[in-house]
Amino acid sequence: MRAFSYAAPGSVQEATRLLATANGGAKVLAGGTDILVQLREGLRTADLVVDVKKIPELMELAYDAPSGLHLGASVPCYQLYEREELCRAYSALTDAGRIVGGWQIQSRASVGGNLCNSSPAADTVPALIALRAVCRIARPDGTREVPVEEFCVAPGRNVLEKGEILVSLELPPPQPNSGSAYQRFIPRNEMDIAVVGVASWVKLNAAGDRIESARIAVGAVAPTARFAQEASELLAGKPADEATFEQAGDLARKVASPISDMRGTAEFRTHLVGVLVKRTLTHAVERARQA
Amino acid sequence: MSKKTQVATTINGEAVEFLCEPRQSLLEVLRDTLRLTGAKEGCNNGNCGACTVLLNGLPVNSCLVLAVEADGAKIETVEGLAQQGHLHPVQKCFLEGAALQCGICTPGFLMATKALLDKNPNPSEHDIRFNLAGNLCRCTGYDKIVRAVQEAAKQLQTAEAAT
Repeated sequence: MRAFSYAAPGSVQEATRLLATANGGAKVLAGGTDILVQLREGLRTADLVVDVKKIPELMELAYDAPSGLHLGASVPCYQLYEREELCRAYSALTDAGRIVGGWQIQSRASVGGNLCNSSPAADTVPALIALRAVCRIARPDGTREVPVEEFCVAPGRNVLEKGEILVSLELPPPQPNSGSAYQRFIPRNEMDIAVVGVASWVKLNAAGDRIESARIAVGAVAPTARFAQEASELLAGKPADEATFEQAGDLARKVASPISDMRGTAEFRTHLVGVLVKRTLTHAVERARQA
Repeated sequence: MSKKTQVATTINGEAVEFLCEPRQSLLEVLRDTLRLTGAKEGCNNGNCGACTVLLNGLPVNSCLVLAVEADGAKIETVEGLAQQGHLHPVQKCFLEGAALQCGICTPGFLMATKALLDKNPNPSEHDIRFNLAGNLCRCTGYDKIVRAVQEAAKQLQTAEAAT
């Protein structure tokens, strides 16, 4: 790996100042499972690496049912799925966190890092979109908030400007009679990159047979993960049954503009969107009924 | 070349200090500076798990950790598994169950297995396969590895019950 200098600031302010004033390339290091590979392989370069794991706000995971989840940007994935109450309240996100790489990766890799790496196939991003996460971003002179579906702008690129860091993801409190799920298609059992990934969130009526509102997001079928708005809106007021899920799957295919590559053809990926929308809706509805 | 940084860690229970460049991985320092060559460099990009060590009790790919990040951390490597000349039950079961052929992946499997059995002393076959998915073996086909982990779990539980 090319030489760089290393800093591990203890506060958001110091980190943003370091990034804002760095001459040459500065890169943020959280779990390092993407950035260290990219630096080693020369896909990205850095003169300064800023390790943000010493900043308390970025390592904070706070949850309570009335206020929701505050997820520091550098909290490693395993900390999410090891907490029962988070697996119930934010199932799609813990489904995704559990399958980002293997255990060695999950010990280090963070949801915030997965988002900032901005791969179109990132597993946690569709889940964050379905769960209405908001990104809290800091810069030397203040903060701003961006809905997660507006964060990534192209493969490997996002809205962060020089001197800005992602501090946390804020997820709204779980609603009664709601449930969510994330599933991806890969040709192996584990340790692979999504050919397609879909996250669905639903809120049911008290009887549990009708959908009040829903959010579907798809990954790996466009330059960034996409919120399937039309498919999500169609579900409002509809019976929670297979015919409805099928219709939603058909509509969700419209936001897919996949490429063909070694993982699958565009046609196959588009087909999979419909399949996974149906499966994740079915799973999310089951979970909502148990909630 | 950038300046070397002093790093203080605990490795296999002993305080160890070393000097490293920020760009050096923990794997590089373990192997080339500290001569702890148990952790292997397989892919050097986080896919194969041959370099697995425990960092503060959690399995990590040491090729994807900067050595400077290990300051203040507790590191366990395969060299620390055997105690007073006696193989750890996990090592014994891998050996007796022929859960290795070329052996390159073995130190990583042993460390991931140790972490698994520390967390979950009685894992199901699914738990074993799921938690060891980050360790690749190109010789054995995994069945013997899974059986060795099951046997080690049994022996550790028996030993636990006897104390």
